[in-house]
Amino acid sequence: MKPRHKRFILIGLGLIALAVASMLVLNAFQSNLVFFFTPTQVANAEVPKGRGFRIGGMVENGSLTREGDGLTVHFVVTDLAKRVPVTFKGILPDLFKEGKGVVAQGQLGADGTFLASEVLAKHDENYMPPEAADALAKAKTAGAQSSRTLVVNPR
Amino acid sequence: MIPEIGHFALILALCVAVVQGSLPIYGAAVGSSTLMSVAKPAARGQFLLVLLAFCCLGYAFAAKDFSVLYVAATSNSQLPLHYRIAAIWGAHEGSLLLWVFILSIWMVAVSFFSTHLPEAMRARILGVMGLVSVGFLLFMLTVSNPFERLIPAAFDGRDLNPLLQDPGMVIHPPMLYMGYVGFSVAFSFAIAALLGGTLDAAWARWSRPWTTVAWCFLTVGVAMGSGWAYYELGWGGWWFWDPVENASFMPWLAGTALIHSLAVTDKRGGFKAWSVLLAILAFSLSLLGTFLVRSGVLTSVHAFATDPKRGLFILVFLAVVIGGSLVLYAWRAPRVGLGGGFSIISREGMLLANNVLLVAALGSVLLGTLYPLFLDALDLGKISVGPPYFDTVFVPLMTPAIFLMGIGPLAQWKKTSLPELATRLRWAFAVSIVTALALPFTLGHWTPLVSLGLLLAIWIVTTAAVDLRERLAHADGSSLLGRLAAMPRSYWGMVLAHCGVALFIVGVTMVKGFEVEQDLRMNVGQTATIGGYTFQFDGTQQYKGPNYIAARGTFRVSQDGRDVTVMYPEKRRYTVQNQTMTEAAISPGFARDLYVSLGEPLDDGAWSVRLYHKPFVDWIWGGCLIMALGGILAVSDRRYRLAWRHKEADVPAATQMARQTVS
Repeated sequence: MKPRHKRFILIGLGLIALAVASMLVLNAFQSNLVFFFTPTQVANAEVPKGRGFRIGGMVENGSLTREGDGLTVHFVVTDLAKRVPVTFKGILPDLFKEGKGVVAQGQLGADGTFLASEVLAKHDENYMPPEAADALAKAKTAGAQSSRTLVVNPR
Repeated sequence: MIPEIGHFALILALCVAVVQGSLPIYGAAVGSSTLMSVAKPAARGQFLLVLLAFCCLGYAFAAKDFSVLYVAATSNSQLPLHYRIAAIWGAHEGSLLLWVFILSIWMVAVSFFSTHLPEAMRARILGVMGLVSVGFLLFMLTVSNPFERLIPAAFDGRDLNPLLQDPGMVIHPPMLYMGYVGFSVAFSFAIAALLGGTLDAAWARWSRPWTTVAWCFLTVGVAMGSGWAYYELGWGGWWFWDPVENASFMPWLAGTALIHSLAVTDKRGGFKAWSVLLAILAFSLSLLGTFLVRSGVLTSVHAFATDPKRGLFILVFLAVVIGGSLVLYAWRAPRVGLGGGFSIISREGMLLANNVLLVAALGSVLLGTLYPLFLDALDLGKISVGPPYFDTVFVPLMTPAIFLMGIGPLAQWKKTSLPELATRLRWAFAVSIVTALALPFTLGHWTPLVSLGLLLAIWIVTTAAVDLRERLAHADGSSLLGRLAAMPRSYWGMVLAHCGVALFIVGVTMVKGFEVEQDLRMNVGQTATIGGYTFQFDGTQQYKGPNYIAARGTFRVSQDGRDVTVMYPEKRRYTVQNQTMTEAAISPGFARDLYVSLGEPLDDGAWSVRLYHKPFVDWIWGGCLIMALGGILAVSDRRYRLAWRHKEADVPAATQMARQTVS
């Protein structure tokens, strides 16, 4: 083989490897994207069926209840326009509080309850996850807001 | 007054950096020795000025000077002194100062350990580093000044984020930055070589130790970040594929590829242009990482909107550095020429494959990290890319890379015979396969991934053993010890680093395959058993820390009726920011960690509790430390020390070569 042919083979192999890798990557990427929806979008049935997604908003004041096992909790996520009941079994993150922002990942159950597999502790300095803040802002600009008791800061 | 001195020192440092970034490079272009000789004193002077600024900020923290905005924002009068000092790099402005400070440390190091380099080369390297420094100092002085005053002064500070009040956080950022910024040396070597047109094996030999040292720091830094997440976040996870983690992992991948490609450039003169490109890539990703983590863009891309000047500066700076060096590369790299030819089945070929795989992995991380940011910035919706994506992509990409890692060192340069390799490695292969298949059964249950992980780990170790045995057989010397000692340290370094990877893989495999997690409600006096250990909950007590109040739980752990340890997890409330923090209790061990963290208080003194049994989890970080040790060992090799010592003999030859190549 001439060196030139060798180089062609090398380049060819490299391209094939690259193509395989990109396919793998894009495929995995496609199936692992998690989309984010606001409670309003959930209420309008804009969410995918049978696929996990994230919702975000504020934990409604006084909505948190705990079952006898001490682990299963129920709360309501709201963007102050629509409400979505959420069930989660596990230990809530430190920053979870009523009246504060929250993001949960999971699936929508048949009865309209969001079954969370994960409640996220990500936050910025104001303890409002950006997705949650965004959901609140969207609901507000949409003018769908029924009450104006926004942002109660118990601090 | 002190903060103003610091501010002034930064301004002076900028002036020095401008001189350092212009005169020596110009001098090198026109061959003026006088201009080139400016580089060394400028680098050292800049170091002293930045050191002064750094000390001034440290003093402001130590003296609780809340009239400085940054101090008031990130510390508090009740915060203990060591955390007040660590608060220097607790947020954006201060970490940029730390960045520049570390850059000046590397510059001084280059100015001391580069006496064997040709003068033009040294002048260009320090000049390029000076230019990088100009960028950062300008950024600090224009839009992100850590010495900005707060008038009137705050009565007390807003306190450091409780998550950062941890010994690991005191050391983690400096380590990480030593790595990030260390790649600026490799970058400057690459740019200097492009400017000068001298890209040869000598260039690779000079820049190798610098790159390896930076890589060692980065390895330790990334490992510490992961360890911190493990014990501080209270989730028991050690890697979340979080953008912040990815930001430090991407330069590591590029650096790892660079180390291997430089080895080829050094030994065989090949991969020159590719090495230069990787050096540019590694440093660009370091810059990207610094800005991603510290600019607030990750918490919200719209954080830029609150301070558009800052965002604009960052984008322009990144564009100038990355774009500028790529243009230079495109212009000069064609002159570099190709190295010697090689067959596909050769050590070069395998290192090339390793590089391609590492860069592909890097690309996939980059995609998963930046794509959600792009979508968000363009208002196309919010998405997140979760750990499953990275897991599915990483395993198939890394498996062949690690398989090659076993074979590569045994392959000959230029051309090697595949059947011969197979014969040499048949025992290693048989042992790995059999052990990997059998071991999971004795451990409890078999899954394909556990077997794969163990296979790769054992493969690395057995092939290294075969390699060592063959080399010993060919080595001079009568006694075995003598022959062992005759092996170059760079070889030992490589073996050690590769074994570190094996340990790391064992840790990851065992944790993923066999960890036991249980969330449960525990009443006082109740027991729970996981992984053969029985945990008895003895209730919690209140106590008061310096700037927090805490509930401290007591867990008695026993195994087969014997007491093993007592663990004290805590739930702390930091009073200033009114933030709750989980402090997990961890009982580390060689073959397992026990991990207890408190959830929430329930009625009658009961708590929700999270218990973990994590087999071999400490091997993950142990493996990383051993990788770094391997790097250090490789750098201490004789050939680099010889280069240091025989500078007189080397220089004329090198300069001669430089002249020839230029002309």
